Amino acid sequence: MSDANMSSNGQQPILEAKELIMQFGGLRAVNNFSLSLYPHDLQGLIGPNGAGKTTVFNMVTGVYTPTAGQIQLLDDDITGLEPYEINQLGIARTFQNIRLFPNLTVLDNVRIAYHTHAGYGLLDGIMHNPKFGKNEKELTLQAQEFLSVFNLEDRQGEIAKNLPYGEQRRLEIARALAAEPKVLLLDEPAAGMNPAESNQLMDLIHFIRERFDLTILLIEHQMRVVMGICETISVMDFGEVIARGTPREIQTNPRVVEAYLGPGTAALTEKFRRKKEQ
Amino acid sequence: MKNISRDKIIFFGGALFIFLVIQIMISTGALNDFWSTIIRLGAVYAIVSLGLNLIYGFNGQFSLGQFGFYAIGAYTAADITYRWTNNNNALGLTVVLMVVLLSGLGILLLRRLLGRIRGLDALSAFAIYLIAVIGLSIVGLYLGVVISPAITAILSVLPSGVALFFVFLVSIIVAGLVAAEISFLFGLPVLTLGSDYFGIATLGFTIIVKVLLDNSDTLLGFEEMKGARGMIGIPKITTWFWVFIFLFLVVLIMRNLLHSSYGRAIVSIREDEIASKAMGIDVGSYKNMAFILGSFFAGLAGALYAHINGFLHPNTFNFIKSFDPMIIIVLGGLGSITGTLITSFVWVLVLEGVLRLFLPEGFETWRYVVYPIILLLIMLLRPKGLFGDYELPFLRQELPPMFAGKKAFAEESQAQADALRELGLSPGATGDTSAPQEAGK
Repeated sequence: MSDANMSSNGQQPILEAKELIMQFGGLRAVNNFSLSLYPHDLQGLIGPNGAGKTTVFNMVTGVYTPTAGQIQLLDDDITGLEPYEINQLGIARTFQNIRLFPNLTVLDNVRIAYHTHAGYGLLDGIMHNPKFGKNEKELTLQAQEFLSVFNLEDRQGEIAKNLPYGEQRRLEIARALAAEPKVLLLDEPAAGMNPAESNQLMDLIHFIRERFDLTILLIEHQMRVVMGICETISVMDFGEVIARGTPREIQTNPRVVEAYLGPGTAALTEKFRRKKEQ
Repeated sequence: MKNISRDKIIFFGGALFIFLVIQIMISTGALNDFWSTIIRLGAVYAIVSLGLNLIYGFNGQFSLGQFGFYAIGAYTAADITYRWTNNNNALGLTVVLMVVLLSGLGILLLRRLLGRIRGLDALSAFAIYLIAVIGLSIVGLYLGVVISPAITAILSVLPSGVALFFVFLVSIIVAGLVAAEISFLFGLPVLTLGSDYFGIATLGFTIIVKVLLDNSDTLLGFEEMKGARGMIGIPKITTWFWVFIFLFLVVLIMRNLLHSSYGRAIVSIREDEIASKAMGIDVGSYKNMAFILGSFFAGLAGALYAHINGFLHPNTFNFIKSFDPMIIIVLGGLGSITGTLITSFVWVLVLEGVLRLFLPEGFETWRYVVYPIILLLIMLLRPKGLFGDYELPFLRQELPPMFAGKKAFAEESQAQADALRELGLSPGATGDTSAPQEAGK
């Protein structure tokens, strides 16, 4: 398995997964998965359904503890930590099927992510003393700032479940960013979006990467999105990485085509491509 | 700003008004003993139910253990004041106080220490806490016995009314703390269970407490509790003043907590536990926090209840009764302080007052047929409870105005929007224009 060398100009990887294995009973969902994310990377993770992409996310964010292997965030070993500890160390995520706090307002959804930076204690919260007032106001301002970055400022009082789908997606990303992460993991952010919406989303991803100086890893099924924004793509099939490279390399890789379309199709598509080129 | 303070004035003024009106009615005899007891009982029920609402309505943990903690609070406080009035010594007070303080401090200290250990599972933590609490309780017991004569002497110097006032006040708070500490120990292993299993485990807790109280004179060795015969001789000193003050404080604490970041963390667990973990919220400790605070309220309410009738019987706390606060909060609206408050009073008034008085003679027991029918109808007509998520203005969380007190921010956000456009990704133009239109609708 070749490492993604293109961004490794002597830098230390911000997130590194080394030979992760996840075993569910007799099923090896992820086998020998390695990945290095360098600061400011935008990497994609693709593969057919059931390839183990979301399992990788769940291991990195602490939902599952890997059977073997190691995950490192800068100098910290985060293997087997609780999800909330990993979030506090600087990895935030969104979910494949949106997981907002459905009955709370848009503003509260974002403010909850700020909780660890609240800056006042439980007693201050119960007493509502000046310290609480000051910090709470600051926290609210920051949350509102986030909402306006994501064009949701008019929606702050809305109940989250009443938002249209695209805005729910944006709110989820806003909420993930409010925790002030270093690495952002996006699980199928464009799922269920129409082409216009996914274009908007691609711009948004570029924008937040610049604005918040983020490193982003995303899972996506819409090839247009993945090929459009990712610099490096890893392809998984049956729990293993079968290819890694730039979007161009991936598109022409016969193993990738086979994984998606079935054995024997690689030759067929190659034929079509040549015909097209002629 | 003006608006908020007006709500505050209305709320505090309204509370004072209600307090004074009822106090005057009781003092002048407009409300006889029967009705005054019912009103005080309503306030006590409101405190228990608010505690349960915090656990179930706001934190989403289905608990049937509320009456267990209520019973613990009632018997703890009753024992303290019983010993003071009947035996004329402060032994109960000092022992329970010492035990509670020492084990409380021990728990807080251990929390600091154990917090540093990575990957400590709940059961081992529970074992450590349990051993520490038992050890400290024994120390507290001896310490309490030792300082008891001195405290008794000091309290005897005071006029008897003042001394009783003091003993009662301390006994209420100590009763709450006992309930809170037991709930902490009980919650450590049990709160790791999923919601339904947690319900069954807490139901078990209520049954254990009831059985222990049935045998309190033989098994636990408290002669004065008289086991299943019921405890008598508790001073009847819970006046409207006491229940009102504590109810008011509980409402304020709940309201302030829920409007803070900690309250939002508690509510987020109800909304989506996995998402709230992923947002950096330590779900386990916030579940515990809500459970402890809810049980603390139950302990307070129990202490107040014990001194209303001056009589306690284990059957008051059996598990069928433990559904009462559950019914009250569901009826009033889960996650509504206002709903719980009003429904508690209405519940006691209807069940113990109105139905008892106005059903024809010989049909009093029919109230247990009438009220389930009323419940059924209400649940069919208003499935979200009588009040849904309505709150009184002061209890309601106000939506902060956008960028209050920061005008320069508007320009800054404009600059950001420009930056987004300048990124020059062609489809961005369409995306950018469509979003504000949508928002404008």
